[in-house]
Amino acid sequence: MKKDIILAGVGGQGILSIATVIGEAALRENLYLKQAEVHGMSQRGGDVQSNLRLSSEPIMSDLIPMGGADLIISLEPMEALRYVQYLKPDGWIVTARNAFVNIPDYPDQEAVLARIVSYPNHVLLDVEQLAKEAGAPAQAANMVLLGAAIPALGIEHDKMIDGVRRVFARKGEQVVASNIAAVETGYKNAKK
Amino acid sequence: MKHLLLGDEAIAQGAMDAGLSGVYAYPGTPSTEITEYIQLAVSRQPSTEPIHCRWATNEKTAMEAALGMSYMGKRALVCMKHVGMNVCADAFMNAAITGVNGGLIVVAADDPSMHSSQNEQDSRFYAKFAMIPCLEPGNQQEAYDMTAYGFELSERLRTPVLMRVTTRMAHSRAVVETTDRPKPQNKMSMPGDVNHFILLPAFAKRNYAELVAAQPVFVRESETAGHNSYTRGAKPERAILTTGIAYNYLMENYQPQMGCSILRITQYPLPVALIDQMVRDGAKEILVIEEGQPVVEELLQGLVPSDVRIKGRLAGDLPRMGELSPDSVRQAIGLEPLPVREKEPLVAGRPPALCQGCGHRDMYAALNEVAREYPSPRIFGDIGCYTLGALSPFHAIHACVEMGASVTMAKGAADAGQHPSIAVIGDSTFTHSGITGLLDCVNANANVVVLISDNLTTGMTGGQDSAGTGRLEQICTGVGVPPEHVRVVVPLPKNMEEIKQVLREEINYAGTSIVIARRECIQTLKRHLKAKKQ
Repeated sequence: MKKDIILAGVGGQGILSIATVIGEAALRENLYLKQAEVHGMSQRGGDVQSNLRLSSEPIMSDLIPMGGADLIISLEPMEALRYVQYLKPDGWIVTARNAFVNIPDYPDQEAVLARIVSYPNHVLLDVEQLAKEAGAPAQAANMVLLGAAIPALGIEHDKMIDGVRRVFARKGEQVVASNIAAVETGYKNAKK
Repeated sequence: MKHLLLGDEAIAQGAMDAGLSGVYAYPGTPSTEITEYIQLAVSRQPSTEPIHCRWATNEKTAMEAALGMSYMGKRALVCMKHVGMNVCADAFMNAAITGVNGGLIVVAADDPSMHSSQNEQDSRFYAKFAMIPCLEPGNQQEAYDMTAYGFELSERLRTPVLMRVTTRMAHSRAVVETTDRPKPQNKMSMPGDVNHFILLPAFAKRNYAELVAAQPVFVRESETAGHNSYTRGAKPERAILTTGIAYNYLMENYQPQMGCSILRITQYPLPVALIDQMVRDGAKEILVIEEGQPVVEELLQGLVPSDVRIKGRLAGDLPRMGELSPDSVRQAIGLEPLPVREKEPLVAGRPPALCQGCGHRDMYAALNEVAREYPSPRIFGDIGCYTLGALSPFHAIHACVEMGASVTMAKGAADAGQHPSIAVIGDSTFTHSGITGLLDCVNANANVVVLISDNLTTGMTGGQDSAGTGRLEQICTGVGVPPEHVRVVVPLPKNMEEIKQVLREEINYAGTSIVIARRECIQTLKRHLKAKKQ
């Protein structure tokens, strides 16, 4: 098993929480893992990405080569497109459709979504709406996206739910429950 | 035990497990997490053996305090980003002359590609400059293991040891196996020969002669006892030399049938015997893959016969600037690139920006309006979140060079006749390196306004304690700024008129004045409110 994942978004959106849950589930599976993060200045509302590599064999590079990613998981549609040069020919894009507009020259939003849809392997979700429908707070939108990525990740659904439970356990049963509800919603909608 | 650790955290855990007594550091990306990890560990489990872990005012004070800890026989760690080495260079260079008592490791975290820095200087030059051993771990596990080794090496050879890491290792997580038998701290002990620490010329000459004489010992350590390894290939005419994490990019792409001889370096000075062996085995070309500047590539020119072709960043086989990638290394070893898609042309740049609700924003809004009232204002910026004031929408600053330069460059500009000459500096940067410059201003009664944008924290690195919090007015008046020209405002939209008036008054005052714009960082405020709720 080998999965190279690019996590993308805007600083502060919560891509590292997605990485933490996947990492937790992967470690329980005894997989090797490397995760390169972005800290420092770029976290201030700029574009951020994290390279997450999982494998049953030892992993050498902390960075994913161009054309090597199995999957882009993005909390923002334009940010998903920023990394397409890293995506394998048969790779997946799993992204939120919710634009984060904090720059004056943000492109036409419909054009961005049209570009996402042009990739045969894509999942495009309104994660904010789905989080609301699941009765979860807006901050759990990232967990909706994680749920949507489960089929492409190659980690079993139940093991990912266990990962969510362990990562959020410290924050109380209510937080665990709403995050699990968010993951389940994303999972169901991605399979549609 | 197995832990998922950042490279920085692996160094921190390695140091604690090796009997660390004190970590001394000023925050700086990508080094900050080393000290933060130790602070968190100490706060969770206050040990019977205390570990000093409070932030230092700057890298020089950190280095000196660590040398004092080492003088007393205990193990000390100093951590900084690469440019911090410039700040502590005086102490660092002379610590090589004094030598150490307790183990002393200086961690320099370099930032090739300048993700969060103003240059990409390579700290390995500093180790060579000071003539001390340098460790460059190749992965997170080695970062952990080599920290313990570094302390042992430092005590055995009685020298400080530089550990050089780069952004990709510092900020990447991997599973690290740690010991379940941590070492106790050293007992306090005086140096055997106190004169070693008294750098009068007579003593310093003797010490320096000892350091020079120790060089072959350091080389031998790199060749035999250390962490370097050489593997002869089936086709040894083609050889590859990697340093630190560069090995990982090679192995990501390497195919066994290439049959190259491979020399993997994680410890300096260069292991000359291993390089000689590689040449004796028939190397006709050596590709040097190293993160940062072409340090080894240059040195190699003097170590191998002239008919051996040296390839690398200088020779043009790898990019001269920026960090390595699996892709650039793939190309350098002659493999075809993977199929890569077209870029998406509609993607727009998304540069970082000051947070919504940040006090620096209101400070810049007021400053820009007042500055426009003068024909040719100059505003000298400094290092911190507020450097983002250079970008849209503010375009407020006209310079930003290094820690503290705002104050002294504003002074120099005023000396040259510039008016208004204004410095903008954060509270933590001001205590780091602005106070001495302010004293120069006061002594010359320079016609400058120093605007301290005080958010009560070291913001850009994530909100660490700031050395002068609550005492900035006292510091400024203590240095000699007249109290009536130390003004404090609260940067909020509702105070705009008052702030502008204060700025005008101090710009029009012909002397050195301070305006402190004080409001808590919005990020630490959120954290404090959340903590209060729980």
